[in-house]
Amino acid sequence: MMWLGLAGFGVVFLSAALMLGLSFLRRKSPPTFRDIPAFTHLKQAIGRVVEDGSRLHVSLGRAALTTPQSASALAGLALLNRLADLTSASDKPPVVTSGDAALALLSQDTLQSASHASGQGVYDPTAARLTGLTPFSYAAGAMPVIHDENVSTNVLIGNFGMEAGLLTEASDRANAFSLTASDNLPAQAILYASGQEPLIGEELFAAGAYVEAGPMHAASLTVQDILRWTIVVAILGGILLKLLGVI
Amino acid sequence: MKLRGILPTALAIASGILVLAGYFFAIDVLGEIRLTLIGWAVIVAAFAVFAGLVNLLMVHVNKIRQREKGMAYSLILIAALIVTFLIGLTGPETPTVSFIFNSFQLPVETSLMALLAVTLAVAGIRLLRRHLNLLSILFLATALVVLLGTAPLPYLGMIPYSDWLRSQIAQVLAAGGARGILLGVALGTLTTGLRILFGADRPYGGDNG
Repeated sequence: MMWLGLAGFGVVFLSAALMLGLSFLRRKSPPTFRDIPAFTHLKQAIGRVVEDGSRLHVSLGRAALTTPQSASALAGLALLNRLADLTSASDKPPVVTSGDAALALLSQDTLQSASHASGQGVYDPTAARLTGLTPFSYAAGAMPVIHDENVSTNVLIGNFGMEAGLLTEASDRANAFSLTASDNLPAQAILYASGQEPLIGEELFAAGAYVEAGPMHAASLTVQDILRWTIVVAILGGILLKLLGVI
Repeated sequence: MKLRGILPTALAIASGILVLAGYFFAIDVLGEIRLTLIGWAVIVAAFAVFAGLVNLLMVHVNKIRQREKGMAYSLILIAALIVTFLIGLTGPETPTVSFIFNSFQLPVETSLMALLAVTLAVAGIRLLRRHLNLLSILFLATALVVLLGTAPLPYLGMIPYSDWLRSQIAQVLAAGGARGILLGVALGTLTTGLRILFGADRPYGGDNG
């Protein structure tokens, strides 16, 4: 058991060291990532939000912060921080919906900080909302926001279940752009079918790096790639050793 | 960073490191600290529900005050909230509270679930219009094969080999793909956690750097 703990600590420590080292290097030479059309389209949609005075809606899902699913919500908050910054010149601040109370408080805090950082100083506490605590009440509460608040861009990022299908449908009916990402597998299948720009798997966690949220985001993406290739080599090595009868 | 920002960041980083260390090392003190910190987080999250409720109330009061579209629904929501809250004070498992849940909440959520089935069928058709490529065709064909292998057709019964094909898709191809995706999500979770430990992402105090 102690060995397992030490191995886990080793992986975390190595990842942390790599992230720190790479983020230092990334400050000098920005990295190039493979093209993900969803992020190119998101940047264009953000440009339209600023130009035509419409509104950006970010929905952060319903991950409780004390559960492992909170990582997707935290990645969503990092993206929200950057998007709030990018839309600071817009007439209307972004509107944020979530299905967990603590997440709603953090989104309020993020919007408030972005508002102060942009020098606007005007912060609307009702711009970040808790719309419901059960999956479908959350979706039912978020749908009128998409329909009635002049929203032209919807970013659904976080832990969603099947209810995400209702949100993408509402976005389609409002002729709005939607970028969707969930860490939940059934939701990913639903979003692939119903979302305009679905992100699959770990692409959710790449959002920060693609919207230039900082060198640490770019470094964490590189570390993910290094770890992924390590796992691929370990799996292939395991298969080979099994075939040879060593293990 | 101002002092106002340094304190929460330092506290968050210290708490994060202590909880993480409590998971990796079987040291009694670390384990106790981890459980205490997680216990505190649960209490704060419970209080956040109350704050969220106040936020919900503010949003709908504003809608009514500014006579926005759908203000009638806001009125109904506030009335329902007050009535349920007052009845809820008698206890969370009284027959009246159960009646409210079983007669209002449950049927409404079930009807939304039914609506979702129709929405997804439409989304499946729309997918081909939106992205007409090999992946989309494969996605829809797989969904159709799995549906056919799950339930018998009226008058025809089960299509031969459809059950076997469904289990091959679900238990071999889908399970393999799902594990790959879950590994990617796990790596993303790790790096997101580390960014927060480093204070690069500060969802608790904004202004990330």
